This record gives sequence, structure tokens and C-alpha cells, in this order.
Amino acid sequence: MSNAALTKTKIPMEEREVILEVKGLKQYFPVDSHNVVKAVDDVSFQVRRGTTFGLVGESGSGKSTIGRSIIRLYDPTQGSITLAGKEISGKMTHKKKDYLTKHMQMIFQDPMASLNPRKKVIDIVAEGLDANHLCKNRKEREEKVYKILERVGLNHEQANRYPHMFSGGQRQRIGIARAIVMQPELIIADECISALDVSIQAQVVNIMKDLQDELGLTYLFIAHDLAMVKYISDYIGVIHLGHFVEMGTKEEIFSNPVHPYTKSLLSAIPEPNPITERDRQLVVYDKNEMGVDYTKGSKNYLTESHMVLATDEELAAWMQS
Amino acid sequence: MSQKVNNLSQVEWSKDDVVLDVRDVHISFTTSAGTLNAIRGVNFTLHKGETVAIVGESGSGKSVTVKSVMGIRSSNQRINHGEILYTYEENGEKKTVDLLKFSKREMIANYNGKHIAMVFQDPMTALNPLLTIGAQVIEGMMLHLNMSKEEAWKKGEELLAEVGIPNPALTMKNYPHQLSGGMRQRIVIAIAIACNPDILICDEPTTALDVTIQARILDLIKKIQKDRNISVIYITHDLGVVAKVADYVCVMYAGKIVERGTAYEMYYEPRHPYTWGLLLAMPDLNTTDARLYAIPGTPPNLLRKIVGDAFAPRNRYALNIDYEEEPPVYELSKTHMVSSWLEHKDAPEVEMPMELQKRIDRMKKEVG
Repeated sequence: MSNAALTKTKIPMEEREVILEVKGLKQYFPVDSHNVVKAVDDVSFQVRRGTTFGLVGESGSGKSTIGRSIIRLYDPTQGSITLAGKEISGKMTHKKKDYLTKHMQMIFQDPMASLNPRKKVIDIVAEGLDANHLCKNRKEREEKVYKILERVGLNHEQANRYPHMFSGGQRQRIGIARAIVMQPELIIADECISALDVSIQAQVVNIMKDLQDELGLTYLFIAHDLAMVKYISDYIGVIHLGHFVEMGTKEEIFSNPVHPYTKSLLSAIPEPNPITERDRQLVVYDKNEMGVDYTKGSKNYLTESHMVLATDEELAAWMQS
Repeated sequence: MSQKVNNLSQVEWSKDDVVLDVRDVHISFTTSAGTLNAIRGVNFTLHKGETVAIVGESGSGKSVTVKSVMGIRSSNQRINHGEILYTYEENGEKKTVDLLKFSKREMIANYNGKHIAMVFQDPMTALNPLLTIGAQVIEGMMLHLNMSKEEAWKKGEELLAEVGIPNPALTMKNYPHQLSGGMRQRIVIAIAIACNPDILICDEPTTALDVTIQARILDLIKKIQKDRNISVIYITHDLGVVAKVADYVCVMYAGKIVERGTAYEMYYEPRHPYTWGLLLAMPDLNTTDARLYAIPGTPPNLLRKIVGDAFAPRNRYALNIDYEEEPPVYELSKTHMVSSWLEHKDAPEVEMPMELQKRIDRMKKEVG
């Protein structure tokens, strides 16, 4: 067991160092000169070392946009983002970009589209190392890649093959290897298992969990499969239309959901039980019908970690039901 | 317990109302790398008003199976054996035909859309972006039911209302890109049911959709099925979806159905190790184990000849005979069959994994 593994078990989660801090993040996209789409509107959260923060919400809720804004695939409209104490928002300087690419990595949804079909696996995985000149010679580069490939369950001979020669699950492992070879502080996993088969999903999730225990990795896990999010995450943020409507530890979100949107999401999770599943009623949530306006709500903290976006009257009503 | 089984399956089975009978179908594809045996002997029946779900990993042959029912064939496909018997009523007379005997053209002219319709996975690619919704909804009705354009248009508006589109008259004039994913899938369903088919095939109808929308689409399909008394075949790898909709479940692996049974039997009394693996790989909300059970390895390459049980290399309960001889089919009850050597009388007693047993006990407690 490495040091990182010990920290994972020893230090309680609330006391761990904050790796990622997002404050008041706004990401607007102009449609034309009069209209903007507020994809992400005033979002704040923290991710602590060695933990997994799950982002859930329906499509179009802005969960992927948050991930992409953090890793600067988009230029955030407003807000501050700090990674391990260093500011990475605002104008990108060369130094900032260098820091960002070294310490933050992403695993993408479609493992076929995200691997360059004309490159060998070894070159795909080593691309980050090459770009940052992290290897002194060929041998060191090879060794580093082999070591990582072994970690994700691939062998040396496979390093000289091309992506099309692998199955979906294996390709996603290559994607994971590419991310962890840089030993990043934070990995953003954007729907990284939703394109895979059920049995292969379990393999990939197990690898991600093992790597977290071994290396103390921190994940921002974006997904719409709530059962999987519950399984892998420590903290969960529920997003709707660019707002965090509820946030908390996974126990708080799943055993004590307050916001009606969270409740409707939870009621929609299919469970592998044919008898209860048949007669289950969906909780329908219509924001306009209920007269909920996210911009009017304030952040109410029920516990230190459990946040609900609501006005005082709404909160009182929701707490009762 | 038998009481429960009956509760679960809303359909009373009798021999007469079989709509579709798939008998020992073998299909292979000729590829540059050799012959790929995609389907290696599939058997199942579909009764009137019943829902059958076919579950399996990608490449297990579930899509090829239902596509052969629809007569969607590629040029390098060969049907080596078997028949798909479809029974329907025409002018008060009962007719049974073998769908595999028809050419692609005959299928399109006489059966597709009219008798058997399909809902595809991705509603964006299933709809033509250049045509209005209306044009696509009425196409089948004008072709198969000989309706005039005005009649079909009126019927189309009714159909859109039936699938829960808020403003049918306006939506008929819209283009697919103007609708959300869930609404598009509703349109695809409306098109599928336009000509009153007997069989509706849903190929991963909700995979491209969100959880909340997914539940609503499934409810919609269920409602339509009940109202019109049609039979539905679901193809999916999501066992949660299966639990919600299916009366009867077929688990497919490497071109064969390895276990078949009612939904109750599948979830409460699964017998095949592959079914155990599939059930365990999906975490439910109570899963707290440190690791998910993952089926090791990957599905076999069907270009190679498969000796013995195709699942043996990934099966931790595999017996020696699994590597030599294909397991026969064991009938455990009238509805439950499994193809595994573990059911042989000389096989060692093997219990399902502890985690799964615990989960089933928990589920039983939940329903009381």
C-alpha cells in the first residue's frame, strides 16, 4: 500500500486538502447579439483530494459544460477556479496553461472518437509526457507507458497496436492510461462509461476505483446513470438548467433528498426488481408549473455539506413533504 | 410463489395466440476475415400482447436476430438454417408465414411497418432531417393503408396526440431538429404504430435518452401496448429497463440464448453464470460493496469456431466439459430454460454468488 492509499483510509474526507475550488462559475454562450444561453449560472463547489465528486443532471443541464469550462476547453464568462491552490481561471498565460495541462486530465465519453486512429497506443499514452518533456530518453518513456498500461490491465505487446484493434472496454482503459500517466491532481471523467456494455462498465469502474485507492486520484465524475454515480461518488452535485439545485454527500442526496428535481431524478432510476419496478410512480417535476425560479433561490445549508437552492418558503414546503 | 409468477405476467398463455415463433435460426456473415457465425441457433416465441426482452452485450447477436424478423439484411448475410413463423389474421382468416423465405422487397411491400414495426435507438438518425414530421408520419399510412393525404394527415395528428405531443397540428409541420430527444423518440413511436402493427420491435429505445425521459418513454410504450394489444420485443443491455417492461426475458450470449424465463424467474431465480454476472455488474442503489462484480474478459471472437460452451473462458464456475461439449438445454419449469452444464445431474452443486443471493433476499423482503 502506498502513502496515498493510507491517506484515503486515514484522514476523514471533510478534513482533506481542497484540490479543486470553483467559485461563482458562469459560462454563457452568445446566440446572437441579443441573446445568450446561460449554460452554467453561478456554480460553486469544492473537490477534496482522493474523493470523487459526481455531477448529475439531464442532458442540457450543463454538467458537461462545467467540466469543459474547468479544463478550459471553454473560456469561462466569470468566476474563479483554483487547482491545488493555484488560480487557473482568467486570462491564460503560457505558465498557467502549462500547469493546467500537466495537472488536470480528462477521460472522454466515446473511446473510439477520442483516440487518434493513426497513432499507436504507446504514442497516444505518451503524448502528454512528450509534450511536457518529462522523459529523458526512449527507454524511460517506454517504461513509464508499460507501467501504466499494466495498471489498467493491458500488456506490453498491446502498446504497439492501433486503437481499432481494441474492444470498447480496452479503448476506454487506454483513455484512462493516457490520463493517469501524467499523475494529475484531478481527472475529469465525462460520461466515460455510458458508451460501454454493462459488464464492461463494471470492469472500467473497478479500475478507476482501484487507481483512486492506489494513487489517491481525485475525480470529477460526470454521468447520468444515478446508480453508478451513487456507487462511485463521495459527493454529488445535482444540476438543472445550469444551476446546482442540490449538493451533498451521497448519503444526503440519496437518503434525504429535498429538492423536487432531485426527487424526480431518483424516482426515475430503474431498479433490477421486476415486481416493484412495474408499479413505480414517477415523480414529475415541472419547474414552471411549480413556479420555481432558480435565480431567486438562495443557497441553504441544511448541514455543512448539504446545500439546497431554494427560497425560504420553497424550502419550508419541500422539507415538509 | 407461483401466485407471484402469475401476477407478474399479465398474459395468459395458450398455444393458439403465438404471434411469432423463432425456430433454431442460424445466421452467418461472410467477411474478408472469414465466416462470422453471428447467430448460432436462436429459439423463442412471442405471444399476443406479451413483451419479450432480449438482453446481451454488444456483439451477442440480439440486433441481428430482430433485424432478421424485420427482413433487414445485409448483402453478406447468409441464413443457414431455421424459420421465423409469423401468424396473423387477414380478412378473418389465420395465416402463418415464414418471414425468412421472403426477399427484402417482399418484406418491405407486405410486412414492414404494416405488421411489424421498429423503434430505433437514436431518434435523430431514425428521422429524416429534410422532411417535416408530418411527411414522415403519413408516409407509411399512405403506402400500406391506401389513405389519401388528407386522411393520413388527420390520422397523423391523432397519433401525435396519442404519443403525448402537446401541440400535434403545429408539430406535424415542424422538422426533427426543432424537437428535443424525448419528443423525437415519441415521433418515432408514432410512426411505428401508424399502421397498427402486431409486433413492435424496440431496439434500445431509451439508450440515447435521459433517465427521466427514459421512464416516460417506457411508460408510453407500455400504455400503447395495452391499448392496442400488440406484442413488443425489446432489445437492451439495461436490466433496469427489462425489469420495468418485460414479461419474458431471453439472455443472449455469443449468438445463442443461454437462459430464458419469466421476469420473475430471471431476477429471483437466475441459473446461468452469465445471467448472474450481468445482474451483479449493474449496481443497484443498495450496492455498498467495495468492488462491482465484473465479468472478466471479453466476448469470444465469432470468426473462430467455438468448441464447447462459448462462455466457458469467462466463467469462474466452468467445468471441464464446458471446454469440450456444448451444453444442452435444460428445462427447469414450463417457462424457464437454461443452457449450462451446471444443471446436469452429475455436476457439482454450485450456488449463485453471495452478493447476488443477498440482493435477491433484499428484493424479496422489499416486496414482502
